[in-house]
Amino acid sequence: MPSPDDRPLHALSGGAVRRSLLLIGRGIASQPRTFTIAIVASVVYGIGLVASGWLLGRITDGVVLPAIEGSGVSTGSIWLAGLGLLLIGAVTAVGVALRRIYAGIGALDVQAGHRRAVTRQYLRLPMTWHRRHPAGQLLSNANADAEAAGGVFMPLPFALGVLVMIIVAGVAMIAADPVLGIIGVSVLPLVLVVNAVYRNYMSPAITHVQHQRAVVADVAHESFEAAAVVKALGTEDFEERRFAAASRTLRDANIAVGRIRSVFDPVIDLLPGLATLGVLAVGATRVAAGVVDTGAVITTAYLLTVMTFPVRAIGFVLGDLPRSLVGHDRVSRVIDARGYLGAGRHRLGDAVPTDEGLRLDLDGVGVRVPSHDADGAATEADLLTDVTFSVPAGRTVAIVGSTGAGKSTLVDVIARLRDPSSGVVRYDGRDAREIADADRTGAIALVAQSAFVFEDTVRGNVTLADEVEPDGEGLPVSTGSGYTDEQVWAALAIAQADGFVAALPDGLDTVIGERGASLSGGQRQRLAIARALIRRPRLLILDDATSAVDPLVEQAILAGLRRSAGDVTVILVAYRTATIGLADSVVHVERGRVVDAGTHADLLGRDRGYRRLVTAYQRGREEREVAR
Amino acid sequence: MSATTPGTSARIESTSSLGVLGTLRAGLALSPAMRTGIGVTLALAVLATAGRLIVPIVVQQTTDVGILAPGGVDVGLVLRLCGIAAVGLFAAAACTTWVNVRLFRAAEAGLLQLRVRAFRHVHDLSVLTQNTERRGSLVSRVTSDVDTISLFVQWGGMQLVLSVLQIAGATVAMLFYSWQLTIVVWLAFAPMIVLAPKAQKALNVAYGTVRLRVGAMLGRISESIVGAQTIRSYGAGARTQRRMDEAIGEHRDAAVRAQAFASLAFSSGVLLSGLALGAVVVVGTLLGIDGDLTVGGLLAFLFLVQIFTGPVQSATEVLNELQNAVAGWRRVISVVHTPLDITEPDEPTPAGPRGPAALDFADVTYTYPGSAAPVLHDIELAIPAGARVAVVGETGSGKTTLAKLLTRMMDPDAGSVRLNGVDLRDIALADLRSRVVIVPQEGFLFDDTIAGNVAYGRPDTDADGVAAALERLGLGDWLATLPLGVHTDVGQRGEALSAGERQLVAIARAYLADADVLVLDEATSAVDPATEHRISRALAELTQGRTSVAIAHRLSTAEAADLVVVVDAGRIVELGPHTALVAAGGVYARMHATWISASE
Ligand SMILES: Nc1ncnc2c1ncn2[C@@H]1O[C@H](COP(=O)(O)OP(=O)(O)OP(=O)(O)O)[C@@H](O)[C@H]1O
Ligand SMILES: Nc1ncnc2c1ncn2[C@@H]1O[C@H](COP(=O)(O)OP(=O)(O)OP(=O)(O)O)[C@@H](O)[C@H]1O
Ligand SMILES: [Mg+2]
Ligand SMILES: [Mg+2]
Repeated sequence: MPSPDDRPLHALSGGAVRRSLLLIGRGIASQPRTFTIAIVASVVYGIGLVASGWLLGRITDGVVLPAIEGSGVSTGSIWLAGLGLLLIGAVTAVGVALRRIYAGIGALDVQAGHRRAVTRQYLRLPMTWHRRHPAGQLLSNANADAEAAGGVFMPLPFALGVLVMIIVAGVAMIAADPVLGIIGVSVLPLVLVVNAVYRNYMSPAITHVQHQRAVVADVAHESFEAAAVVKALGTEDFEERRFAAASRTLRDANIAVGRIRSVFDPVIDLLPGLATLGVLAVGATRVAAGVVDTGAVITTAYLLTVMTFPVRAIGFVLGDLPRSLVGHDRVSRVIDARGYLGAGRHRLGDAVPTDEGLRLDLDGVGVRVPSHDADGAATEADLLTDVTFSVPAGRTVAIVGSTGAGKSTLVDVIARLRDPSSGVVRYDGRDAREIADADRTGAIALVAQSAFVFEDTVRGNVTLADEVEPDGEGLPVSTGSGYTDEQVWAALAIAQADGFVAALPDGLDTVIGERGASLSGGQRQRLAIARALIRRPRLLILDDATSAVDPLVEQAILAGLRRSAGDVTVILVAYRTATIGLADSVVHVERGRVVDAGTHADLLGRDRGYRRLVTAYQRGREEREVAR
Repeated sequence: MSATTPGTSARIESTSSLGVLGTLRAGLALSPAMRTGIGVTLALAVLATAGRLIVPIVVQQTTDVGILAPGGVDVGLVLRLCGIAAVGLFAAAACTTWVNVRLFRAAEAGLLQLRVRAFRHVHDLSVLTQNTERRGSLVSRVTSDVDTISLFVQWGGMQLVLSVLQIAGATVAMLFYSWQLTIVVWLAFAPMIVLAPKAQKALNVAYGTVRLRVGAMLGRISESIVGAQTIRSYGAGARTQRRMDEAIGEHRDAAVRAQAFASLAFSSGVLLSGLALGAVVVVGTLLGIDGDLTVGGLLAFLFLVQIFTGPVQSATEVLNELQNAVAGWRRVISVVHTPLDITEPDEPTPAGPRGPAALDFADVTYTYPGSAAPVLHDIELAIPAGARVAVVGETGSGKTTLAKLLTRMMDPDAGSVRLNGVDLRDIALADLRSRVVIVPQEGFLFDDTIAGNVAYGRPDTDADGVAAALERLGLGDWLATLPLGVHTDVGQRGEALSAGERQLVAIARAYLADADVLVLDEATSAVDPATEHRISRALAELTQGRTSVAIAHRLSTAEAADLVVVVDAGRIVELGPHTALVAAGGVYARMHATWISASE
């Protein structure tokens, strides 16, 4: 199986022209049928347009004039002439409709394709990548940038379709008179020259705009995420200023782009007109010199007016290209990002029955991240150093350490949310990196320190599987999640969440707002615990997962866990002695290192830091009693 | 205006119900800058358009009187005419550029106003209102929904006016040649005039759906980004991807549909142009045979028909673009028109001098919108100035709700909350926010340094001030472990710090805000006991004499309080000093016993 790292780069390489052609080529290749229909429709449209002018001329000379001058044209042919014009109008209209509809479908499919690719990356890239990229920016990549990247495909079929018109008109012009023809045809290279100048100005300007769009989206996203803090401190004015500043920069960037576009479009429109005048002027002198006849001049001038429209269509495409290229670049930066945690292929539980707890070994685990020294120069910092301990199957271990000691980093490594920079984590004796993803997530459940709740039903939040949807006859069809309502309720009961869920208006089917906004902090946490329990994991990790529940409930949860967990291996990050008391042994972590490991009683006896930490409440109480 | 009726709505409508004209009017009212200099711009645009017409005429003239001149080619005349036409072309192009620049500038200035207005309004809405809307969707309202409008205001609006002018001008000219044929032309376009309102309505709905889908899509994507860790730990990637693919697909389908409608509307204009041309040829010829129309007249008329149909087609285009813009506009306007549920008092009452403040709840009842039963019932509570209060109770009992009422994140259904005897609803919001500060249960750090976060909203405090404040709070040792000290970046949502460290920063931030009343909602729930003890003691000393309300599951906080409030199922069931409650042997005594056994 090829790893995702082997995919070809999505970014376009080479010079501006090559990149433009690649962009267009790839887009068309991705939707060949759609674009073919659009281009053919565009050809029909172009022919219809020319034909209607040509037919009108023929009719004027052949029908209208003779009829009015009384040369006895039959009424039938007058009606036929009208019908002919209507028919051409109808064909042209169908051409236009099909061209636009299919160009739209093509452009929107290219856009949707980019969105799917980008969002796949969001799910695939590791947490370390996510922490480096602001959420609002990522939103903008999936939205404004994907849209920009597909933008050029809307006018493209139009331009490609009428290319035929340009070629035919060009050949006809040169055939009429080479000199005049060259003046006429020179419009095309001129368009390209103008475009090259335009691109030079436009590319940086549009890059700035797309960047600034992302900045504005990011300020808005962050600010709305922070709404509670903004309210709490009454800093609405400050946020408004921050957003206004970002938006003003965007406005200026947009105006700068608008200025360039405001020059480019009229200049492109100007070229065929100027060429026409040139043909007339040169033509007149050549006629006077007797080199050509007047017919050639008039034909060339007419053909140039026919070319005005296609040239404008090409102008649309050229005008949109820089934006699409920039959008494509920005999207590619996400799509080409690498550094996945490679997926292993070994199965867990080949050797060990899967209803037994997982054996966990950490061997010299270190985590190193880019950081700064006191002078601000880039260096690296160790979040974890040489962490070694083992948890036999079915045992419970408490990880204890002060704020910022590295406990969450440690459990992240254990659950393989990140890979260690050195050392190994082993599940049942096998390197965690060699285990297939599905096996790992099936065997290990981590209840993170901050509970995250999806905008979904209670059931969906617990099972994280697709809803059971009723089929046509209203019978529920299992979509493979395999969890019954009883199982959901049982998990909720152990997490002490059954009570409040039962009180919700639709029970398990109640939809919880985004981020669980309609629940209390403790309720969210309990939902997250139920989510872990229902999976019957072989290794359960609770990262301070009961911090927002009261002591009575916490005791009940822990008691339920002990009863139901059976052979599960459990890792608890905890401070309270009662919680620690559940553990067979304790690992004391400080500053990313294991200070000591052993039973609670052992550590109390020999580890001063540990004693200080877990007896802090007691000491506080005593101090207060003394003070009273 | 309805924007000041309190409590009528707790959600932002997905879109406003204004009609097209109403939307335009409301939109322009929100963006006055869009109209600046519009008269001059219009005049220039008329010039530019007229300039574009001059050229074909000059070409015609050059051919007729210059090249085809009876006495052979008049080269001098041709060159002169070409020179004049070239000047005309350049002048028209210059005018067009100038018009476009002016339009861009006015449009962008107007959209800036709209964006900022909508953004601000989201913040002014209560937290509840914000919660009913997805973050990603709210972001789309101030970004892509606004962008949708820009195409129309930069180009469409002016184009529409010009098209109408051109249509009117061509009609007058046509009438000059033949009123019968003019009627024929208008009759040919009659189906369009009849069907246009229906088509516009369909487009309106179609584009509205597109905007909704964009919002929904961004909501889903935002969730997958912010919830990345949970998704990874549960292997829920495939499912999340399916949910996003679904939203992306739904947006694509809606957009294709709208696009198809617009294409059909536009192509019907092309079809009817063909009809008009055919009809004019037939009727014109018949009129000519009857002698009602000269050949020259008919030829001129045929030229005018083409001048007429051009703007009709571009007007159809603009009307499509208009519906697209209206769809975006409506979503932005519906934000701005959502009534504020937390409003400024008409006449603010001063709430006494700054310093220790008393708080009381008088018979307060509160129900969350959409909930059947109240979460808080008849709360009566008096907190004396300078008291240290602890609020405890089961999860979900209503503690956070109590704190939100205390800080006026929302207003009670019945009863009142008072600061120094003044109803919170009568205190100017800025005054209230500076007197009562809360550290919310779900803290949030900005992607900035520690100093930036602690001094958030207080640009007058510099890094040294922040370091000093952290020192006073007993966090100097922690700060010393960070190589960059207060200049350490906290990362996205503060995720480069540990959960406990994030809480420390949030507390320091509230401490610096220097309020009369400090409300801490589980502010130290993730901090280790030793640090918690240290910071609570430091905070108690530093805010000596101030009022503080702390919600905590760790009863160490309650042990240190002057007054303990026990909340159960939305009611205050016990109230008194720690020792008295323990002695009373009720709910609190039981909780405390559990706590002692759990923490020793
Ligand atoms: N991406 C990062 N870059 C630099 N430092 C980091 C990064 N992530 C975490 N840290 C630092 O690593 C240390 C350990 O963080 P971690 O979250 O593991 O602590 P913790 O023991 O879980 O603390 P808490 O009890 O507060 O949750 C902290 O000091 C934190 O500031
Ligand atoms: N926005 C909301 N809409 C509807 N119901 C809500 C909303 N917010 C909270 N609730 C409900 O109101 C009740 C009280 O919630 P609150 O957050 O006040 O509890 P709490 O005492 O702070 O609990 P915890 O200790 O878990 O933080 C809960 O049952 C909760 O589900
Ligand atoms: Mg942690
Ligand atoms: Mg709460």
